[in-house]
Amino acid sequence: MTVPLSRRSFLHTASAVALVVGFSPRGALAVAPADGGYFNPFVKIDSDGRVTVIVKHFEIGQGTSTGLPTLIAEELGVELVDVAFEFAPSDVRRYANLLFRSQGTGASTSMANSYLQYRQAGAAAREMLLAAAAEEWDADPSTLVLSKGMIAGAGRSAPIARFVGTAATREVPDRPTLKDPATFSLIGNPRTSRRDNGPKIDGSARFAMDVQLENQLVAVVRRSPRFGGTVASMDASAAGGVPGFVNAAILPSHAGVVVYARDTWAAFQAREAVTVEWSFTNAEGRSSAEIRTTLLGAVNAPPEFVVREGPGVDGASARLDRSAQTVEAEFFLPWLCHAPMEPLTCTIEPTSDGITLHDGCQSPSGVHQALAAVLGLPMKSIRINTLYAGGSFGRRATMTADYIVEAGQAFAMTDRSRPVKLVWSREDDLAGGAYRPAVAHRVRVGLDGNGDIIAWDHRVAGKSIFKGSSFEQWTVRNGVDHSSVEGVPDTLYGIPGMFVGLTDLESPITVSWWRSVGHSHTAFVMESMMDMVARAAGRDPVSWRLDHLREGSADQRRLAGVLRLAARESGWDRPTEPGRARGVAVHKSFGTYVAQVVEVSRDAAGVTAIERITCAVDCGVAVNPDIVRAQMEGGIGYGIGHVMRNEITFDKGEVVEWNFPDYEPLRMSDIGRIDVHIMPSTAPPTGVGEPGVPPAGPALANAIAVDGPRVTTLPMAQNGIRFA
Amino acid sequence: MLKVNGHVVEVDVPDGMPLLWVLRDELKLTGTRYGCGVASCGACTVHVDGVPVRSCVTLPEDVEGAEITTIEGLATREGRAVQQAWAELNVVQCGYCQSGQIMSAAGLLAANGEPDTDVIDDFMSGNVCRCATYQRIRAAVTRAAELLGDDI
Ligand code: FES
Ligand code: FES
Repeated sequence: MTVPLSRRSFLHTASAVALVVGFSPRGALAVAPADGGYFNPFVKIDSDGRVTVIVKHFEIGQGTSTGLPTLIAEELGVELVDVAFEFAPSDVRRYANLLFRSQGTGASTSMANSYLQYRQAGAAAREMLLAAAAEEWDADPSTLVLSKGMIAGAGRSAPIARFVGTAATREVPDRPTLKDPATFSLIGNPRTSRRDNGPKIDGSARFAMDVQLENQLVAVVRRSPRFGGTVASMDASAAGGVPGFVNAAILPSHAGVVVYARDTWAAFQAREAVTVEWSFTNAEGRSSAEIRTTLLGAVNAPPEFVVREGPGVDGASARLDRSAQTVEAEFFLPWLCHAPMEPLTCTIEPTSDGITLHDGCQSPSGVHQALAAVLGLPMKSIRINTLYAGGSFGRRATMTADYIVEAGQAFAMTDRSRPVKLVWSREDDLAGGAYRPAVAHRVRVGLDGNGDIIAWDHRVAGKSIFKGSSFEQWTVRNGVDHSSVEGVPDTLYGIPGMFVGLTDLESPITVSWWRSVGHSHTAFVMESMMDMVARAAGRDPVSWRLDHLREGSADQRRLAGVLRLAARESGWDRPTEPGRARGVAVHKSFGTYVAQVVEVSRDAAGVTAIERITCAVDCGVAVNPDIVRAQMEGGIGYGIGHVMRNEITFDKGEVVEWNFPDYEPLRMSDIGRIDVHIMPSTAPPTGVGEPGVPPAGPALANAIAVDGPRVTTLPMAQNGIRFA
Repeated sequence: MLKVNGHVVEVDVPDGMPLLWVLRDELKLTGTRYGCGVASCGACTVHVDGVPVRSCVTLPEDVEGAEITTIEGLATREGRAVQQAWAELNVVQCGYCQSGQIMSAAGLLAANGEPDTDVIDDFMSGNVCRCATYQRIRAAVTRAAELLGDDI
């Protein structure tokens, strides 16, 4: 099913005998040109009627391999089970993500940018098949229908296979008529099942970690224990005694030593036997406590950059001075590791004219260019075989394509005759950086005598994710990396007198986008503060929030909509059972509106348990409601687990957490029932992979604070909260 | 000599190589996954004489002569019921942990045909799912028990 696919072979097998509909580089609907040309295939129908959808985003569990085929099946008029899918080969010009200008999956954009494209391709193919049938039957095409893979009308019926040849020679309609959403049978159907169930249930799904090629070497890297450290010298003589050890070599960047062996276990063992002297001249040597102090100092000082001017820094403090009441808090949120279930890995296989990269690749085009540079090969000599990825949460797509570049370097240092499989252990993963940056916030809110907000002074400090990267030009304006603050200056709440400032932290500790990026900390702070302020004003947290969403924009209406829905479904207006408490949070990210209510219990010994979570989501049209639900469930688990007890800490620059026992993941017994309610909508679909994350943590904090402590330093378990 | 999925196989591996890597790198049975290597995530779960064990901390010499079953060879009634329930409830997301989850669940049901939620939570908590598919796993184990009761 995940058969590797080169575009050329795809079009070749397609030529003349198949109908292939996609888009020209200009974005116009087109059929495959005879020479292949520059063309971007989305759907192929073989002469035997087999339908294959080209999935241009990778599958990390978020359901693209189900959602995109659903769009084609719906418009074309075939059953979803009859549609096969293949992952698109790397090709920026053909599969550019409309919102990113490069081919990639991220920021929960897959469905958002594909919704119309895939539907149009399916509808165009349908119209071409109907036109071919009408011609053959000498009928009016408008009297024919295509359903379940059969064309019927004019007293006849036949499978689509029969018309593929003729249809392939026809002009593509410019503007095929899309189905009326009221008549959808697959889009929005809660009963469609995932397409990737089978191989993931019987164990046959091939992940990048499962690549086993003839004669392959396994490479592991001994990296500097401190970020920014380099290899001064290396001695691998003791590794010679490890059975299966092949060689060791210093990376050209001096960032580490590559150890090659016959198999994974041998590589791990040999790595232990290698001794390395490190140079820490430019390395991070601080402990996390020191950096925390620095960050908290920064939010208590004038900010480096003004993000939202409002009344200005002086104006805000003047307003605070004349407030009848002020609410203040300092927050610290730690570094977090993505820790996808499958540790990072990829394999580079030599081919006759270059290499094939076997990878659960999140952003093929970035990787393609990075590898070409490392290996000194033209782009066309590099083929990417996209396999299943065992989770990512953002980790597989760093700005530097870190582990893929590392694999490229490891391969380049060999004679290039054998495949090289780079494997990261779980220990490598936790110590390997690309973390959610640690951040501090300090917020001071002023209320007047009526309990209305008149000032909101908000300072943020943390390391920028995008500065110094190739994305900087799009994400950094006037010194402000928007991802450091997103969700604060652009809050949907109507907040008068809001000033927002930002200070960047300099550190060699590498940081990256982590599921929901900046929203992973800004929502925690905004939603904790809104609760604290509501309490100070003597108001109910839900109606307080609704009162700040009354300026009439569609954004505010949709946010208020999910908040009301979650409140209603959670029984917000009814008292909780004794010993229980509820907390609420609501946040928009990646175009999707999510509200959550967390209900906790506390026993006599003060142990907190998460009993029930109610979630309401507005993501526009829910193409596959069950996947929307699954993504909310997963996002909640991911968000809440980290807030409960995860942090990466440093002792003199070295990561303390070594493996799951001290970066303890959320487990089944940690979390009770989650109910997800989807807001009916006709708006275009928006992402669901990330937006479930941001509200989960603050909703939990708000529930705990009802009759327990207010936690503003995370994680909770290390800051006074005992969980069951 | 190991007996894996009903076949006797000769393995010649260095001392200390855990069963996980024997299965994956020597026998190419890659359905059994590596997640932590320290018995903390359950991704590597296989059955030894029908009982779920973590292959990453199991040495081949300790299971010589025993029946080793990996996800590729899972064919028990409980295994089939679990796989059917997993598909019905669309449990999987990225899927990487799921071989281990299924092996654990099948082992649980073989020992206890009607586990309640506490028993399920307790038993399955050794299996991490970073995609947090827990509530579906919980429901699917219950569903599999139901299917077994109906005698599929
Ligand atoms: S790999 Fe064995 S328990 Fe994690
Ligand atoms: S499905 Fe991804 S880790 Fe469980």
